[in-house]
Amino acid sequence: MLEIELCGIKMRSPTMLAAGILGSTASSLNWAGRSGAGAVVTKSFGLNPNKGYANPTTVEVTGGIINAIGLSNPGVANFKLELEKLDKSVPAIASLYGANQYEFSEIASEVENLVDAIELNVSCPHAMGGCGSAIGQDPHLTADIVRTVKKSVKIPVFVKLTPNVTDIVEIAQYAEDAGADALTMINSVGPGMKIDVETGIPILKNRFGGLSGPAIKPIAIRCVFDVFESIDIPIIGVGGIRDHNDVLEFLYAGARCVQIGTSIMYEGMDIFTKINNGLRRFMDEKGYGSVDEIIGISHD
Amino acid sequence: MNVPKIVKIKQIINESPTVKTFIFDWTVKDEIPGQFMMVWNFNNEKPMSISLIDPVKNEIGISIRNIGEFTNQVHNLREGDELGLRGPYGRGFHIAGSKILAVGGGIGMAPVIAFCEEATRMGIDVHIISAATTSNELIFSSRIDKSGAKLLTCTDDGTSGFCGFGTDLAEKTLSETDYDMIVSCGPEVMMKKLFDIVENYRIPAQFSMERYMKCGMGLCGQCCVDNVGWRVCVEGPVFWTDELRMISEFGKYRRDSSGVKHKIP
Repeated sequence: MLEIELCGIKMRSPTMLAAGILGSTASSLNWAGRSGAGAVVTKSFGLNPNKGYANPTTVEVTGGIINAIGLSNPGVANFKLELEKLDKSVPAIASLYGANQYEFSEIASEVENLVDAIELNVSCPHAMGGCGSAIGQDPHLTADIVRTVKKSVKIPVFVKLTPNVTDIVEIAQYAEDAGADALTMINSVGPGMKIDVETGIPILKNRFGGLSGPAIKPIAIRCVFDVFESIDIPIIGVGGIRDHNDVLEFLYAGARCVQIGTSIMYEGMDIFTKINNGLRRFMDEKGYGSVDEIIGISHD
Repeated sequence: MNVPKIVKIKQIINESPTVKTFIFDWTVKDEIPGQFMMVWNFNNEKPMSISLIDPVKNEIGISIRNIGEFTNQVHNLREGDELGLRGPYGRGFHIAGSKILAVGGGIGMAPVIAFCEEATRMGIDVHIISAATTSNELIFSSRIDKSGAKLLTCTDDGTSGFCGFGTDLAEKTLSETDYDMIVSCGPEVMMKKLFDIVENYRIPAQFSMERYMKCGMGLCGQCCVDNVGWRVCVEGPVFWTDELRMISEFGKYRRDSSGVKHKIP
């Protein structure tokens, strides 16, 4: 009942582990798969090992968290060793970051044989060195990267978009025209900031960090809704999903499937099974036979 | 909320030439020995085991060995200075049984002393092996005596108690006395040896693992362990023997802040 197909990838449920959450090791990705995720996305990795920012890198705020981990990762060579240990129980998507199209395509080529798809992180709101949203806020840079990566790999290429733009539809259209197979939206919002009131000191070491969690869901829903009407490729919805009703909102708005991240803090890894069960119950009650019947029904 | 609470250092106790305990006023609710706090010195933030839980005076304490930049900065603080604390985090020691052997190595004694005081308050007979390199690095001895637990000291150089490793003394003690349970915290190489010894005795045991942590709240994945993927900050840091059997990296390697693996010496 929950099975979907995304760019030729078969998923047993429309829920994925989002990039950046517990995805640094094959072990935690396999655990998410065992726990009911329909697919898993790795934490973003780049060419070389990166320690990221010093702590505190994460702090809770009303409705979610802000984080500035700083894209910490062991580099593609080390990460390939992790990808080789994936148990293949569910499709795996590699989230990549880089400073330009050459870095992106080099990393993508390195891991192409080990994963089912690539997700381009051009939307991290606190990345250094011209990475992240510095790219994703520019439709031309985004398109250049998509085009180059598409030429270098045969597996599907997803692009994760930032909501921190004037017009996300424009960026989405550029990504589609450049050959993107699907769009993941949205990455965290902001950056935001939290200051300790006793001392006046910004809590995150980086001062600013991306806002994620239930607080950003309405923004994500609106982005998915807007973009759905303007493009033909599938949308992977992400932002603040905590229960199956949240998933339904994304599907109604036009997402084909969803990613779940921050709410693992509240619900633990059981969240995938809980959501899958909730979706099954809902669909059974309403008489839906497949997820496809639900996608985009909020549009006239 | 996972937000640092700013607290004044109420008291600093010099435990040894390298270890200090920092005590704070804290409304004690559900803190469990073996849990940890994220300690923010306004420059960096690191996980530290809770070494004192006093529900009567409403105090908690953390004990820190001076081993690097962050710990040195904290060691230079004075009573009245402020730190940020968030927590408690993780799964602590489960306290059960009537006779328990606790084995602590070095700064690993921090959660062990908190466990010892809580378990003895519950009327449990606790025997503690406190292991250190030399006698003046043995910490919490007077608190152990005061708790009523039996203290067995052990030093690498023989300056106090048993001369040799804590694991050697543990093996000797286990061969002489029956225990219902074992708890341990210390260098991983010590805990791995103890784990292998305990497997032969078929006594339930709990070990406190340490891994590099960033968020502390189960999201970043930095502390996930092979092959199960569990988060040391949520599913741990305390694991039972049957869980540790499934953690293939235990005693072998750990990941640094970028996620690169390093062998455990």
